[in-house]
Amino acid sequence: MEIYLPIADLPVNVFLVFAMGLAVGFISGMFGIGGGFLMTPLLIFTGIPPAVAVATVSSHIAASSFSGAISYWRRRALDLALALMLLAGGIVGTILGVWLFTTLRRLGQLDITIGLSYVLLLGSVGAMMVVEGVGALLRVRQGKPPALRRSGAHTWIHGLPLKVRFKQSGIYVSTIPVCLIGFIMGFIGAIMGIGGGFLLVPMLIYFLRVPTSVVIGTSMVLTLITMASATVLHAATNHLVDAVLALILMVGGVSGAQFGARAGQKMGSERLRLLLGLLVLAVGLRFAFDLVVSPDDLYTIRALEDAR
Amino acid sequence: MRAAAARCVLAAWLVVSPALPAAAERLVFSLSSNVVQITSSFTGVELVLFGTVEPDAANGPLRPSYDLVATVIGPRQNLVTRRKARVAGIWVNAESRTFLDVPSYAAVLSTRPFESIADATTLAREQIGIANAALLPGAGTVSDEPFRDALLRIKGDHGLYGENAEGVKFLTPTLFRASIFVPAEAQVGSYAVELKLFADGAVIARSQSSFEIATVGFERFVAGSAVDHGILYGLATAAMAMMTGWFASIIFRRD
Repeated sequence: MEIYLPIADLPVNVFLVFAMGLAVGFISGMFGIGGGFLMTPLLIFTGIPPAVAVATVSSHIAASSFSGAISYWRRRALDLALALMLLAGGIVGTILGVWLFTTLRRLGQLDITIGLSYVLLLGSVGAMMVVEGVGALLRVRQGKPPALRRSGAHTWIHGLPLKVRFKQSGIYVSTIPVCLIGFIMGFIGAIMGIGGGFLLVPMLIYFLRVPTSVVIGTSMVLTLITMASATVLHAATNHLVDAVLALILMVGGVSGAQFGARAGQKMGSERLRLLLGLLVLAVGLRFAFDLVVSPDDLYTIRALEDAR
Repeated sequence: MRAAAARCVLAAWLVVSPALPAAAERLVFSLSSNVVQITSSFTGVELVLFGTVEPDAANGPLRPSYDLVATVIGPRQNLVTRRKARVAGIWVNAESRTFLDVPSYAAVLSTRPFESIADATTLAREQIGIANAALLPGAGTVSDEPFRDALLRIKGDHGLYGENAEGVKFLTPTLFRASIFVPAEAQVGSYAVELKLFADGAVIARSQSSFEIATVGFERFVAGSAVDHGILYGLATAAMAMMTGWFASIIFRRD
């Protein structure tokens, strides 16, 4: 069944898009991430203009992270104070990201920037996750205890000024790295159409030593608010958010996430992390392939804004 | 859509051209529909054009054969054509050309290949053929040529630009029919249809009409509010996301 998307200005198959939402939702539920880094590329490969894909996926991630955040909230497994502090940086990052997005789009370099960012970010993070995941699996195989988290060890990050105590997480850190992490997440989220859960969770654990019990819930609150504001900002400045496309994706996404969460609980965390790493790496490589291989058509045409 | 189009044939919109001074013929035609509505199931539309060549009472008999060219021009837009080039191993958009006021859609339908209807000068003057109709002749320099060709080619691939030398059929010596296909990608707006009647390599009669492609109902509301009330639209979409997430957490609640 074809449906006409009012903003993307093209017809798509409802079931195909719904299935994509369902599949990405499944994966996001399994790994406890938003899944934007999968959804945006999938939409782009389906023929949705990259700019529309990035802007629309932000609302899709808002939906899935909201349903996630609610369930973590019920279990009190999130640190609201930390999330709000991250958010302070996140909002600034989002505004700057949307501004850069608009500028690059005007210059005709948006698609390449999205492509390159995916290659660099997903390639490096994916490779790191795979290496770490394989190492962890091998340690388990050999019967060695898993590498201990150096929870007591302090790094230079803990020497920074403006320290604040976050009760729920039980950490005492400077606001500088907190705001910076929030800023980075908001910025890349707006440009790449990803919530960045797969990036934020490790950053919170390694840099801020946030306990694993609250880290996913906290990351979801941040993702929710940055993605909801990215939706509003993209809609206000670029008019690129396709509400019809977003709704189909959301419904598929939140349903898939429930089944994914159940599947994820049956798998060991080492194996889960390795799988996620492989997935992230694969998406990065797919983008690298597109950038390096000679395009079928060297030319592209695009309508100028004022003519529409 | 088809049924609606068929109904519109009855309520046809007849267009009678003012007779050209020297011509003995008048051109009368009508479109199957003059408003095409984009609904959620819109996947393009085929419009049928019907018409006749009528003798002008005062000027005597009809000629043995005619040629017809129908040109459909969609709303104009400014387009940028970009060419990718390899920079440090990766492909990036390098050079670009801007084309102002080019039709977003153009179709040229005729009874025979254009070259056999009239000579090149006449074709250029009458703007027959995509290249003549879509882009102002002589507007570009040599270095623009590949960009212009790419624009025509890409538009063609999307079904937005097209020529069909068998697109107009004479059913009887004077009754003709043509079908115009507009793909789903086409822009909303006014589409001008111009018919030119040729005999012995010259235009002897012409006639114009137009049709409108418009979004209606929900699609119009969404597309319109996205542009006119961006912030509200964004807030509404964000609220929709929250609602969806909230519903999901209620429906799938496991405790």
